[in-house]
Amino acid sequence: MREESVLNLGSALTHAGVLKRLKSLAPLLGGLLALLLGAVLLQLSGANPLQAYGVMLAGAFGGGRQLTETLLRATPLLIIGLGMTIAFRCRVWNIGAEGQYYIGALCGSVVALALPDLGPGLLIPLMFMAGILGGVIWSGIAGLLHLQRGVNLIICTLMLNYIGILLVQYAARVPLQQPDGFLPESAQFSANAQIPTLLGTRLHWGVLLAFGLVGVVYILLWQTPLGLQLRAVGSRLSVARCAGINTSRSILIALMISGGLAGLAGIIEVSYTYTRLKGDISDNFGFGGILVALLGQRQPVGVVVAALLFSALMVGAQSLNVVLQIPASVAQVIQAIVVLFVLAGQAIAQRESL
Amino acid sequence: MISARSTSPLAVEMRGITKRFPGVIANRAIDFEVKPGEIHALLGENGAGKTTLMNLLCGLYEPDAGEIWLKEQRVWLRSPRDAIAAGIGMVHQHFKLVEPFTVAENIVLGSNRTLLREAPKRLNLRLQRLADQYGLNIDPSAQIWQLSVGEQQRVEILKALYRQANILILDEPTAVLTPQEAQELMATLRMLASQGTAIVFISHKLNEVMAICDRVTVLRDGQAVGTIAIQDCTERSLAKMMVGREVSLFRNREDEAQTTNHKPQSASPPALAIKNLWVISDRKLPALRGLNLVIQPGEIVGLAGVDGNGQRELEEAIVGLRAIDRGEILLTGKLAHIPSDRYSMGILTEFSVAENLVLKDVQHPPFQWKGLLRINYILKHATDLVQQYLIRTPSVKTQVGKLSGGNAQKVVFARELNRDHQVLLAAQPTRGLDIGATEFVYAQLLARRDAGAAILLISTELDEILSLSDRIAVLYEGEIVGEVDRASADIHHLGLLMAGKRERARDEE
Repeated sequence: MREESVLNLGSALTHAGVLKRLKSLAPLLGGLLALLLGAVLLQLSGANPLQAYGVMLAGAFGGGRQLTETLLRATPLLIIGLGMTIAFRCRVWNIGAEGQYYIGALCGSVVALALPDLGPGLLIPLMFMAGILGGVIWSGIAGLLHLQRGVNLIICTLMLNYIGILLVQYAARVPLQQPDGFLPESAQFSANAQIPTLLGTRLHWGVLLAFGLVGVVYILLWQTPLGLQLRAVGSRLSVARCAGINTSRSILIALMISGGLAGLAGIIEVSYTYTRLKGDISDNFGFGGILVALLGQRQPVGVVVAALLFSALMVGAQSLNVVLQIPASVAQVIQAIVVLFVLAGQAIAQRESL
Repeated sequence: MISARSTSPLAVEMRGITKRFPGVIANRAIDFEVKPGEIHALLGENGAGKTTLMNLLCGLYEPDAGEIWLKEQRVWLRSPRDAIAAGIGMVHQHFKLVEPFTVAENIVLGSNRTLLREAPKRLNLRLQRLADQYGLNIDPSAQIWQLSVGEQQRVEILKALYRQANILILDEPTAVLTPQEAQELMATLRMLASQGTAIVFISHKLNEVMAICDRVTVLRDGQAVGTIAIQDCTERSLAKMMVGREVSLFRNREDEAQTTNHKPQSASPPALAIKNLWVISDRKLPALRGLNLVIQPGEIVGLAGVDGNGQRELEEAIVGLRAIDRGEILLTGKLAHIPSDRYSMGILTEFSVAENLVLKDVQHPPFQWKGLLRINYILKHATDLVQQYLIRTPSVKTQVGKLSGGNAQKVVFARELNRDHQVLLAAQPTRGLDIGATEFVYAQLLARRDAGAAILLISTELDEILSLSDRIAVLYEGEIVGEVDRASADIHHLGLLMAGKRERARDEE
């Protein structure tokens, strides 16, 4: 009798084990399902789905030029996604990365335009610092409104997006507009204010910085007292408070780190891609970065994978447009479906029961 | 079993019930039966499978294997609605009543089939008749918030009876009651049983099971250990069945400790002094109203009282989580805190054992060095504490949420007792713990007291207060309504104080 029950337990455990393993594959299955749905969509747009996916794949990874483009696009997504990872680990719902990105770009641009003749070794770090400061201030405003006045943080950060973007559009049109220019944009940055590239490639130092930040964020979250406290606040606020952790301070720090990194992403993009301040300097990187953090399961390494995937979808969509004349919006829909399905798969994988 | 059914049909018969959850078998081939008119105890430690078994009977889960028969009819209970229709009523530990509604409105809520509201007068009359029929003392026109906890429980019982339940399941019904209210409940249950209702009484309190039940089924680790008639068992034999080994009855041992080696250091200044403390609750009402309490080093003061009389607010005020409106709390030395709700105040379920053990101290050496965590040191610290406090965990890196309630509580104890402290605030320290873990907690508290700590024990379990305290204070509606030495404590008197009957209690003496 007893032996039998032990056996039963054993078989039940392996049964549960198999289920568990299947469940952990749910995000992957979700991704495949999304691509299948995307295939239907491509078919409806009049393309051969297999060919279309082939074009996207080749467009994103098919050669040195394509890989470079994918890496360049991934850089702002990665930097913002890493910041959001810290914020979300602390359960700080900062969805104002887009605005923080714009204000960071603005602050960095002011430095670039004010000190065009400073040596690049000094000017670029100064621009980066200004960009970070801009993002910190912009997120800090939301943080203070939230902590001091009790305004909902999601609403605060979301609304500050619009203010930030419009502020940059105004700056590019009026105070920072290129003298005797017609377009609503600033003068081009001096060569000193443009991030240097790496050894004859089109990759720049910002790409390296972004990948370096992966390690920094990892260490911050898991190997410092601050990271442990931020995660504690995100895990259960009341317990953290009982443990003597200053929860308001933690929330503000997490928010400002994510804002600062969004600002850094903003100035890097402006300094390299646009080389001047304009009203339109983002490919929705702020919102993409939030999704990248969620898709990457708030794990720094996961965020790298998610940023590359996201970027590849964006770059691949462009080739889709060029080669097969399929509108890029189709690819955007596929991108959204992938995110939804992978996140749904993650939710299933994390659920206790089936 | 077949012959038993042929004599009198069983109200409930569960055969070979198995219920699996990923990684656990909550119920393993359990046979369970209840006769009509019987009070049948379902006894077991936390995690033994009592709740799962009853949730299967209430239609909240479906069994993976096994059959449920009601009055010789096979039934498939796919939802609580099915279970209610089959005559199964459950009284949960946390009542499901709408506070601003009247008793009558609560009872008919969800089961009224008519479009128009019944006239209150007619409804009240109808329910009064029903209550009288079952001998339940309830005013149908009273609003829920005006009722005591015991009365609210009667409303829940009446609600089940109104839905024509002939099988009544009560989940730890006495946990929220004063001793007097518990007595009334017992009388009610006997009355219902005598009218043919089958009653399942879920409990881990042996004395109650012995006092009221006809038969008892003991569960352990998801299996039924056995079903016995109550006259064939003793508290000791039941405890052994429940735990699987001999249990030392701590109260006896405590009596020895009390008489032999303990003397409170009343000459020294108090370690904790609370003077005229007023605190406002979340509902903006005074939760503590001029509370005074003094605790000397080396004594345990037990604060008895029914839940919701200001215990939570007092705890929060002492810890500094709640603003003090008036009065003061004087603390000599450092405070250790065993919170009443470990999951909302004590530990992080998503964090590892090791992380939880350093949660309050990570920012200081030796746990950090130049801003980086000393991970190896933290793991070693955790390994030491796990050994010292007998925490059963696969590893110090295991998430605390994966441990049993008792082991999670041990993590809190290990962290708090390992930090320097002179005052210990232990709030409901054994809530949800099984006998083994309770023994451990009691031993720890007594050891701290003997080491000279001043201990404030806040508990709604009168037995616990009586077995540990040197002095007992009773909290009622935010005030201390009486203070007695343990030697002169009398359970009846304390019960009256807990019910707020201050004057009458004095008159009786």
